[in-house]
Amino acid sequence: MSEKMKEVPGIYLRDAELKAEDAITFKWRPNAKYAWSGGIAYSRYLAELKNGRIIGRACRECGRILVPPRMFCDTCFRATDEWVYVKDTGTINTYSVSYLDADANRIKEPILVAVIDLDGASEGIGILHYVDPKVDPKDLHIGMKLKAVWKPEKERIGSVTDIAYFEPLKEG
Amino acid sequence: MKEVLFMTVAVVGVGYTDFRSTTPDVSFKEQMFEAAAKAYQDAGVHPRKDIGSFITGAEDYWEGYSIFDEFVPDQLGATLRPVCTISGDGLQALLTGAMQVKTGLMDVVAVESHSAASDLLSFHGIVSHGLDPVYNRNMNVNPFFVAGLEMRKYLSETKASREQCARVVTKNKLNAMDNPLAAYPAVMSIEEVMKSEMVSNPLTRRDISPLADGAIVMVLASEKKAKELSENPIWLKGMSWISETPWLESRDWSDATYARLSSEKAFKMADITNPQKQLDLVEVDDWFSYKELQHLEAIGVCEKGQAGKLLEQGQFDRDGDTPVNVSGGRLGAGNLLEASSLQSVLECVIQLRGHAGKRQIKGAHTAAAQSWRGVPTATGSMLVLSNEK
Repeated sequence: MSEKMKEVPGIYLRDAELKAEDAITFKWRPNAKYAWSGGIAYSRYLAELKNGRIIGRACRECGRILVPPRMFCDTCFRATDEWVYVKDTGTINTYSVSYLDADANRIKEPILVAVIDLDGASEGIGILHYVDPKVDPKDLHIGMKLKAVWKPEKERIGSVTDIAYFEPLKEG
Repeated sequence: MKEVLFMTVAVVGVGYTDFRSTTPDVSFKEQMFEAAAKAYQDAGVHPRKDIGSFITGAEDYWEGYSIFDEFVPDQLGATLRPVCTISGDGLQALLTGAMQVKTGLMDVVAVESHSAASDLLSFHGIVSHGLDPVYNRNMNVNPFFVAGLEMRKYLSETKASREQCARVVTKNKLNAMDNPLAAYPAVMSIEEVMKSEMVSNPLTRRDISPLADGAIVMVLASEKKAKELSENPIWLKGMSWISETPWLESRDWSDATYARLSSEKAFKMADITNPQKQLDLVEVDDWFSYKELQHLEAIGVCEKGQAGKLLEQGQFDRDGDTPVNVSGGRLGAGNLLEASSLQSVLECVIQLRGHAGKRQIKGAHTAAAQSWRGVPTATGSMLVLSNEK
């Protein structure tokens, strides 16, 4: 603190005290709702996922294939040129094992997430996704080969989660 | 504050999409790319080598993204380069860019602002979030009540009429008829405005500018670069931005003090002593009809209480002594949220270049763009531009 103030005066309010309305509180539920226009790139990517395919955009100038697709190349600053399908197999670029869910609750079965460089896209470009929860986290490694496990066609809605997860690629 | 007497920064390129009520076919990134590509082409620069810094004027809540500046580099050609977002309107972003050039930090700067208003499902909810959470939000009133309160006080003090406010709407919508970018051109009768549904008395639905989508990019350059790049650089002559107290309980409801103070400072820099005579056209914020009248008085184009009468006499028409919102303003071109102030600057640049076609103000060489950030704010900016250095 400071020379004069060695500790904060008063008491800290605990969660229970706030909930018991011992303190004056104000509640406000923000009304913030959005429906973003998909536009050209998002729309095609999602439509193709529903079809069970992964599509990217190619820039002829730098030769890169961008996934997810973008209608402009960030490196060259020009419109990208064509749609290119890439494979649903790839290599782990990096991964992590999360022991917290989105609300920061501790979970028993950890969530495996990885950035997977896709075969057919340019180096260092791919998809962020789950790895099969049955995989032992100890077996994960950078450079591991994976393949997409798609949801059944009827369950696909045009979402990144139309791929259930990526599983280790069986050799041969 | 030390007075900066000479501004030596110019607009050397402008790019824009057209403004539309909805844009389901393109994402905001794709709109930004279109505007940026056109602006860089207009300026004759390539963003990957010629532009030193990139600035966007955006508000996370309008976008629905936190840390929105992370979502802008790709489509501006700004990856691996200095990028920042000003949490304010496009004019505040432009003024930040001008300072980066003026200080010598950068030679060429790109400034962007856009609106993806059609993506907002809860526009009024977002605006309500700008109210004080303890004192004002729990009253559970649509946030346009703030404009109703202000309009009431303004009309009461100035004796301006609702009919004069309605005339602002019809004028700006008519002006928009000759602006090919505009989203809401119309030949509308004063009666139609007057008879539209009451929103927050005396404010009616037609007194409120309708939302639109669009993107605008401008390229600024130092004096040396501007002369190299452009045959018709448009010089920034004076600029200022002001925030008043945020308290609804104790603000000046009659005068737009932010507009008065920011214009006083900007006009001093630009050596404007008689705005009515020296400004060939003025673009002022018209989010609500009465704001145009209030702003014109605040910036000194006329005396307080005179704007309504002068409007009726045609002084602010396109062929009047001081054409006001020739672009159509927010009421006619569309309310582009933070980008509307850049739309005002865009109109000034197009006019000062002599490229405004049917709506060209003949012989225009000095113009002013004034902004306001909308309810519940009392924040605004002023920029004076000229085609003569």
